[in-house]
Amino acid sequence: MKFTGTDSYVATEDLMVAVNAAITLQRPLLVKGEPGTGKTMLAIEVANAIAAPLIEWHIKSTTKAQHGLYEYDAVSRLRDSQLGDERVHDIANYIIHGKLWEAFESKERPVLLIDEIDKADIEFPNDLLLELDRMEFFVYETKRTIQSVHRPIVFITSNNEKELPDAFLRRCFFHYIRFPDRETMEQIVDVHYPGLKRNLLSEALNIFFEIREVPGLKKKPSTSELLDWIKLLVADDISPEVLRSRDMKTLIPPLHGALLKNEQDVHMFERLAFMARRESGI
Amino acid sequence: MFTELFYELRKAKVSASLKEYLALMEAMDARVANMSVEEFYYLSRATLVKDERNFDKFDVVFGHVFKGLESLDQDRTAEIPEEWLRKLAELTLTEEEMAEVEAMGGFEKLMEELKKRLEEQQKRHQGGNKWIGTAGRSPFGAYGYNPEGVRIGQEGSRHRRAVKVWDRREYKNLDDTVELGTRNIKIALRRLRRFAREGAALELDLPDTVRSTANNGGYLDLKLVPERHNTVKVLLFLDIGGSMDDHTRTCEELFSAAGSEFKHLEYFYFHNFIYEYVWRDNRRRHQERIPTWDVMHTYASDYKLIIVGDATMSPYEIAYPGGSVEHWNEESGQIWLDRLLTTYPSAIWLNPVTERHWTYTQSLQMTHQLMGGRMFPLTVDGLDRGMRELSR
Repeated sequence: MKFTGTDSYVATEDLMVAVNAAITLQRPLLVKGEPGTGKTMLAIEVANAIAAPLIEWHIKSTTKAQHGLYEYDAVSRLRDSQLGDERVHDIANYIIHGKLWEAFESKERPVLLIDEIDKADIEFPNDLLLELDRMEFFVYETKRTIQSVHRPIVFITSNNEKELPDAFLRRCFFHYIRFPDRETMEQIVDVHYPGLKRNLLSEALNIFFEIREVPGLKKKPSTSELLDWIKLLVADDISPEVLRSRDMKTLIPPLHGALLKNEQDVHMFERLAFMARRESGI
Repeated sequence: MFTELFYELRKAKVSASLKEYLALMEAMDARVANMSVEEFYYLSRATLVKDERNFDKFDVVFGHVFKGLESLDQDRTAEIPEEWLRKLAELTLTEEEMAEVEAMGGFEKLMEELKKRLEEQQKRHQGGNKWIGTAGRSPFGAYGYNPEGVRIGQEGSRHRRAVKVWDRREYKNLDDTVELGTRNIKIALRRLRRFAREGAALELDLPDTVRSTANNGGYLDLKLVPERHNTVKVLLFLDIGGSMDDHTRTCEELFSAAGSEFKHLEYFYFHNFIYEYVWRDNRRRHQERIPTWDVMHTYASDYKLIIVGDATMSPYEIAYPGGSVEHWNEESGQIWLDRLLTTYPSAIWLNPVTERHWTYTQSLQMTHQLMGGRMFPLTVDGLDRGMRELSR
C-alpha cells in the first residue's frame, strides 16, 4: 500500500516518503504550505489511490474537539420527554456521532482529513491528543469506550494562522509543501490538461512565474490559480502568440482575473505595466 | 550516527524529542525509507522537524553530520567491509555463481585483487578485461557481466544527488528569526485576540436552557447567548517622515498585516512625536488634522495603544514646549504622551531601531522611560513580547 501519486496528483519524492511513513506507522501527517498548493487535495487523492473511504472534517473558528467525537442532543431529548416519545428512555438515541467516531467505526481503513486545524481555538489540538494517539475515546453518557476498528490514516492541514502546541506536533509526521518548481509545475499542468500545446504552456508558465516574482503582491498566485487560468486560456482559445506579444500592446496578461485575486494587486500590476511601457517608449 | 544527528539537532535549537526519535527508528524498522540517503533525509525531516522555519537548520545539521557520505562517493579506495559483500553474495548469488567465485580464489582473493588494482589504476576505464571501469569483463566495476564482479560506483550518483537536496538549502527564506514578514506579524498580532460574547443572542446556551427549563417545571425554556467575537480594539499611531523614512516599508507591512486582524483598528500618523494634532491621510496632513484630545475622547480606555516610531530626534522635541520641528506646540510632547498613557493604560511602543543601539540616543532613552520600559524592537521576537505585554 504505497502511495506514489495519482493520475491527477503529482507527488514529489519527499511528499511520498512522508505520506508512506504516516501510512505505515499509522500516525497523523501534518501538511502545511502556501494556500493553493494542494494540501486538501492530498488527502482526497491518497484516499482515491488506496481505495479507502474518505471522511472530511472541516474546522471552523467555533469548532470544538468534542464536535469530532460526539454531541449529546439534550434539547431534543427534553422535547421528546415532554411529548412522551418512547425513544427518550435510551440516552444513546440522542448521541450524535462526530467525524472521528465515524472514522473509528468504519469497516474499512478510512482516510480522515482534518482540514485547516489552525482555524480552531488554540486549545483544539490539545484536546485531541489522546484521541489521535490511541484512536479511542470514552462516551460519558453511555459509559462506552469507542475504539477504532482500523486506525484511520489521518491528514491534518494547517495554514499557519496559529502555532500548534509541541505535544501535538510530536505525535505527527510533518510535511511542508513547497511551491513547485517549473519542472514540477509542468508535470502538474500536464496531468490536468494533457492535450495542452507545449508553447502555450511554456508562455503561460513564463507569465505565471513572472507575476510571482513581482514584489509586494498581497496574494501571490499559486498552483490552483494557475490551473484555473490555463483552463480559461484553453476555453477562450488564446494562442501562445497573444501571450508572447503582450509586452507590445497590453502588459497585463489576458484573463488576469484568475491569477490576481485582489484589486490592489491588479492596480499595482497595471501601474508597473504602464511604467514599463513608458520606459520602453512605445 | 543517528544519535549524533539527534543531539546535533537539539544543539541547533531544533527541539526534537525522544518520542520523535523513536518514531524515526520505528519507521526505519518498518522500511519506510528504502535505504537511500535521500529518502532517509526526507523521512528524518518529516519525523524530527515540525516547523518549516527549522528546515534550513535541519539541512545544515544533516549536511554536517552526514558529510562523510559525500566523500564516500568520491574516495573509491574507501574500505567496503568484507562481511557486507560476503553476506550480499550469499543472498543473491546462485550456487553455481558461488562456485565461480571460489574459482577466483574465494572472497579474500577477490578483495585483495580489488585493492591491488585500485592502487594500480589511476584513470577512468571502460571496456577491457582487467581494469576497474564500466561495461568490461573485469571482476570489478559497474554494468559488467563477470559473475565475480564487484559493483562499484553504480549507485553512487544517488548519494551525490541526495547531498544536493539539503545543500541547496531551499528553505532558507523560511527561517525568519531575523526578518520580519507579513506572515510573522500576523501570527504575532494574533496573540492579542480576545474572544468575548457581545452583540445579538444567536447561540443556544445549553446549561442555562437546562437550568431554566428545570425552574420552569420541566417545560422547555430556550436561552440564547451572543456568539463569540474577537473584541480586541487597537489604536495605532505611526511615525511618518524624517528619520522614519528608512523604516517606512517595515511599518507599512505592519500596518497592512494589522488591517485585517482586528475588528476595531484605528490608525493615526504623527511626525517624530505626538503633539496636539495627528492625521489619518499623510498626503492631506496639513488640511485634515485631528486634535489628539478628540482621539482620546472618542475611543474608550479599553482600546490598546500601539505606537510605532524610532523615537530618534532632538531631546527638545520631547521635553520643551515649542520643540516640535514642524510647528509651535504649546505643550511639550512629554505631556501629550503622558495624557495618552493615562487614557490608555494598555500601551506599547514599537521601535524599528535595533535594540542594541537604543542606549546611544538620548531621545530614545527618554521615550523608553516615559513608556515605563514598554518599548520593544520591531522584530518578530519584539512584537511577541509586546503582544504579551498588551494582553496582560
